Amino acid sequence: MENEKHHIVPYKVYIYILVALIAMTFMSIGITKINLGEYSVLGAMIFATLKSILVLSWFMHLKFDQPFLRIMVGFVALLFFAVIFITFLDYYFR
Amino acid sequence: MEHVAQHSDPHYDQEASKLGMWLFIFTELLLFGGLFIVYAIYRFLNPEAFQMAGHELNITIGAINTIILLVSSMTIAMSTSALQKKNKGLTVLLLEITIMLALIFLINKYFEWGVKFDHGIWPGSEHLLNDMGHGEVLFFGLYFVMTGLHALHIVIGMIIIIVALNKVQKGTVHADRPSLLENAGLYWHLVDLIWIFLFPLFYLIH
Repeated sequence: MENEKHHIVPYKVYIYILVALIAMTFMSIGITKINLGEYSVLGAMIFATLKSILVLSWFMHLKFDQPFLRIMVGFVALLFFAVIFITFLDYYFR
Repeated sequence: MEHVAQHSDPHYDQEASKLGMWLFIFTELLLFGGLFIVYAIYRFLNPEAFQMAGHELNITIGAINTIILLVSSMTIAMSTSALQKKNKGLTVLLLEITIMLALIFLINKYFEWGVKFDHGIWPGSEHLLNDMGHGEVLFFGLYFVMTGLHALHIVIGMIIIIVALNKVQKGTVHADRPSLLENAGLYWHLVDLIWIFLFPLFYLIH
């Protein structure tokens, strides 16, 4: 542990991530202004997912943490999507 | 001598602190996850009502609050870098900026909810129950519960950041013992993460 140097993220990297996050916020507003019907929700959700991946890996430092943390986060995400999927199977085919 | 001094230190395990914080974050994610599933089902069952009700929300205020939270997430992330670089002054400054941004977010939320109240819209209000349909009642119910619970997390996050800020100033949180600040950061990013999904789902329905 002691010889394991803690990774320090340079300030400018955080600024780049912030710019990307704000850009994607405006893109998600833009995509919902265009009338894409059902797909506008999908578009906004894709941008939200990309944003959350940036926050998780850079701001929350998962990119530099031990792999088991990433695996656990992935497992929680998978669990969440599985519950959504199963719930919608119920409502869709009622 | 040094050897003895080292072993008299109380046990400190940075990885374990981080793991504990993540486990807590998972419970928070599933708490909000459950609410998002409720939202998804009710929207699926009442698509038109959700669309109509969504127009009541102000995209500009929502977008401003999104940017405020994103910037505050960056400042607290930077503060952990500043702490590791042993730059105490900058760490404190960045944390103070984060707290200010959180406060601005809450003030915006106060005015936003205030406008809804002026329009006679709050959970259980007569206007909502008598003049609006079932779907609108569900939309605004979820809106107040989910943004309210999120705002509560902002308040708790502010308290945690203030505690971390005090300990940085006192010197008990420093480059070799950064866990409290790192965990405060993780909590704050969680608050940001939830808002990233709340914003498109409530404000960007067209």
